[in-house]
Amino acid sequence: MKRFLLLAFVFALLGTRAYSLEVPARPEGRVTDRTGTLTRDQIYALEKKLSAFEKETTNQIAVLLIPSLEGDSLEDYSIRLAEKWKIGQQGRNNGVILLVVKNDRKLRIEVGYGLEGALPDALAGTIIRNEIGPRFREGQFYQGIDAGVNALIAATKGEYKAGPKKKRNQMEAWIPFLIMGAFVFFFILAASRARRRQYHSGGSRGWNSGGGFFGGGPFLGGSGGWSSGGDSFSGGGGSFGGGGASGDW
Amino acid sequence: MSKVAIILIPLVIIGVLVVGAFGIYNGLVSSQEEAKAAWAQVENQYQRRADLIPNLVETVKGFAQQEKSVLEEVTRLRSQWGEARQSGDINKSLQAAQGLEGALGRLMVVVEKYPELKSNQNFMKLQDQLEGTENRISVERKRFNESVLNYNKKIRTFPGALFAGLFGFERMPLFEAEQDAKKAPKVKF
Repeated sequence: MKRFLLLAFVFALLGTRAYSLEVPARPEGRVTDRTGTLTRDQIYALEKKLSAFEKETTNQIAVLLIPSLEGDSLEDYSIRLAEKWKIGQQGRNNGVILLVVKNDRKLRIEVGYGLEGALPDALAGTIIRNEIGPRFREGQFYQGIDAGVNALIAATKGEYKAGPKKKRNQMEAWIPFLIMGAFVFFFILAASRARRRQYHSGGSRGWNSGGGFFGGGPFLGGSGGWSSGGDSFSGGGGSFGGGGASGDW
Repeated sequence: MSKVAIILIPLVIIGVLVVGAFGIYNGLVSSQEEAKAAWAQVENQYQRRADLIPNLVETVKGFAQQEKSVLEEVTRLRSQWGEARQSGDINKSLQAAQGLEGALGRLMVVVEKYPELKSNQNFMKLQDQLEGTENRISVERKRFNESVLNYNKKIRTFPGALFAGLFGFERMPLFEAEQDAKKAPKVKF
């Protein structure tokens, strides 16, 4: 198929690509429409659906509409987008991005690592061919996206359940610095104590840690955004491997 | 300055340098290992593609028996890749993988002539899988190149450069897609 040849051509060029379209730095919500196609009510309806889905399953589905790739490759843009937005929860990698390039008449479903089992490439392709493509061909963009979203939700429903969010322990990376800092600290303290003994100054200064090296605040804590309702949405840190499917209409 | 301080301060400095040196060496080792792991990921996706091929060949055969030669070529190159992989020779398996890519491209050109095949649901799903795998290969190659770049930078800039020569860390080559004349013209900048 022509698309396959195009892919092969693109892959061959991947190392020598001259121009790549910049992806948006962050989503403007679960549905980001840069083409002015969807009405506010339609966006709201989709946001509500996707937000409830995330609450129930922790799966994150994001939708982006852009006017054109401006010559860039769809798959290439999509994976860069996925890496930037990090849709899906960290560790679970349960994110899906529906990318619609309106003027180029191309779309792609990008599936995170964690959902590749529930949403394999063939299913993503089928959803594009049966649910989204036909409606887009009729100019029914909201209906197409809605049908696609419903299918994505149905496919990935059983995979994950919401539970107490695991706090990622980031202490490990700091240990060598802590040790180094401790050595320096103790040595300097010992040196200054030794000096003080020589000069007969009274009273020990005690161990003043002053919150410098050992503050517990910055080390612990979860990462990514966990949002409710339609307010600020951000990717949960999920990663993608290039699974999914592309299509056009 | 007290006698104790004269001994302690240089010790502290040496201590800090030693710990720092550990950090740099370890950094070189981890980035090298990450690059190797990234290559293993590329190979995993090559395997995934190889696994799709028997099904693909059978489906196409069902509609286009006369295209024997190209189907046989694909099958042959697939086994060639499998053998090269077993032997552990990375260059050989790489060559075989790229040969297979060329053959698959040619197969897809052939498929264009058979509208019944193209519109067959089963074939379309296979195509989804194949394209998905090709995309994964592309993504893993990209990430491999990123990790190699990261490693190469570490061994060529200071302070890594001091350690690289000492401990035998060498520059790794980036993955460059073979310029197959049938697939794509050479791009010059």
